Amino acid sequence: MTLSKTLRWLVAALFIAMPVTAEEVVLGLSKNEVAITTSFNGSEILIFGAVKREKPIPDGEPLAVIITIAGPSETVTVRRKEKKLGIWVNTDSVDVDAAPSFYAVATSGLLRDALNDVEDLRYKISVPRAIRSVGAPMNVLDAASFTEAVIRIRGASDLYQLLEDSVTVDDQTLFQTSVRMPAALTEGSYATRIFLTRGGKVVSSYETAIDVRKVGLERWLYTLSRENAFLYGLMSLAIAIAAGWGASAVFRLFRA
Amino acid sequence: MQIYLPIAEVSVNAFLLLGLGGIVGILSGMFGVGGGFLMTPLLFFIGIPPAVAVATEANQIVASSFSGVLAHFKRKTVDLKMGTVLLIGGLVGAALGVVVFNYLKAQGQVDLLVKLCYVLFLGVIGGLMFFESLNAIRKTAKGKPATRKKHNWIHGLPFKMRFRVSGLYISVIPPLIVGLCVGILAAIMGVGGGFIMVPAMIYLLGMPTKVVVGTSLFQIIFVTAFTTMLHATTNFTVDIVLAVLLLVGGVIGAQIGTRIGVKMKAEQLRIWLAVMVLAVCFKLALDLLLQPTELYSIGVGGH
Repeated sequence: MTLSKTLRWLVAALFIAMPVTAEEVVLGLSKNEVAITTSFNGSEILIFGAVKREKPIPDGEPLAVIITIAGPSETVTVRRKEKKLGIWVNTDSVDVDAAPSFYAVATSGLLRDALNDVEDLRYKISVPRAIRSVGAPMNVLDAASFTEAVIRIRGASDLYQLLEDSVTVDDQTLFQTSVRMPAALTEGSYATRIFLTRGGKVVSSYETAIDVRKVGLERWLYTLSRENAFLYGLMSLAIAIAAGWGASAVFRLFRA
Repeated sequence: MQIYLPIAEVSVNAFLLLGLGGIVGILSGMFGVGGGFLMTPLLFFIGIPPAVAVATEANQIVASSFSGVLAHFKRKTVDLKMGTVLLIGGLVGAALGVVVFNYLKAQGQVDLLVKLCYVLFLGVIGGLMFFESLNAIRKTAKGKPATRKKHNWIHGLPFKMRFRVSGLYISVIPPLIVGLCVGILAAIMGVGGGFIMVPAMIYLLGMPTKVVVGTSLFQIIFVTAFTTMLHATTNFTVDIVLAVLLLVGGVIGAQIGTRIGVKMKAEQLRIWLAVMVLAVCFKLALDLLLQPTELYSIGVGGH
């Protein structure tokens, strides 16, 4: 056996041994930066891409595409109201260790068809899996209902979205979707992941990030209010007094 | 036109804010009150976070009271000495109020505290004002002028001081306490406290009506400015963009309101103000008593 023949065998063996890399994602984003300006009212992001293959499309289970966008995670305190002495007051509270400030899952079919539980647990794809809650205080017996409340409340304001059947896939190769991000976004790096699955199993994944930033006046005011709070306070007072005075002066001018 | 508020981190319609400012401005111009007690709950309703609403409203009150107090200085209807005594109490109260506010915010009880304060004070003040003006209307209908009791237990307290502009010789303790209470309320409720202070000055301290408004505005400006600074430096919750939009609407509304107010009788005005105060009180009380549709709420950050 010559050397070149041995090499050819090796390459072929590698191909068989690494089915994960058989299909790869090539991705495009309509924008990889979201600028929060004064007139910011949410943003629509177009995510599109293709599946790169060295071999023909495999037989069997069809290809499914799952796309997730996650805002920066933070600890949130969830409180529950109870009737005490005739009025509704916050009583029990549970700290949810990490809940993304924004989370969207877009899939090409139904999520439960595209992904099995084991893979979901491993990659933390579905909305409930993306939230990490470690422990609840001893006196709270139904900690799960607090996590559900986070999903329900954030879902109601479009911060958590499950967009099933919203990714279009052509010829098992080209895919695209669009995700609408609401106006109430926090700043940070939004992790964007694309999973290719077959028969509920992840065959390939790709990760990139969308940067969400305040810009211009928004950026300047926000930074000033955090880093130089005293100056910001004085400035707020001065601007407010000037604006109030100015408005009444203009009004008097109109009457005269 | 949507506008993104940099500190509140929400996007709202700029015209909605101008309109809200305008309507509250008209009411405050008509009745001679600051309108903070109406604006702060309205800001809650349109989705501004309560902490931001309270802090920003304090900033707005400074500005909207500023042109008012200048007018009163020109007419010499400000009792500077009384104002200063009220102010000392007010500054201490505001500092206490912010400490209580921040403590309860960490405990998740700040909404409850703010709402309970509103229900209690609006209920008491609204009720008193309603019956008082009803009596006044009845008396004037009979042809007798309304009279007020001039002397009460307040005049027995020590540390007396002469207030020339108000024509009073009373102890400094009651004005200090009135100032203190108003300061606490300013910090917790995001109000100027005029709706509490004005009745207290008239009925408790026995000050002449013509110096009451100017003096209370004088105290309110400094206390709310102090509150604004405290919120801005400890909570970072003053939103200048929100404040300016509310203000521009508010100042214009107040000018219109003042003109409407001149055409109405004082007793009638007061009874309408009382009805309005009671209505806000009733709405807030209902929120506390009825089961909310969402029992859970989310606060950012751990304990």
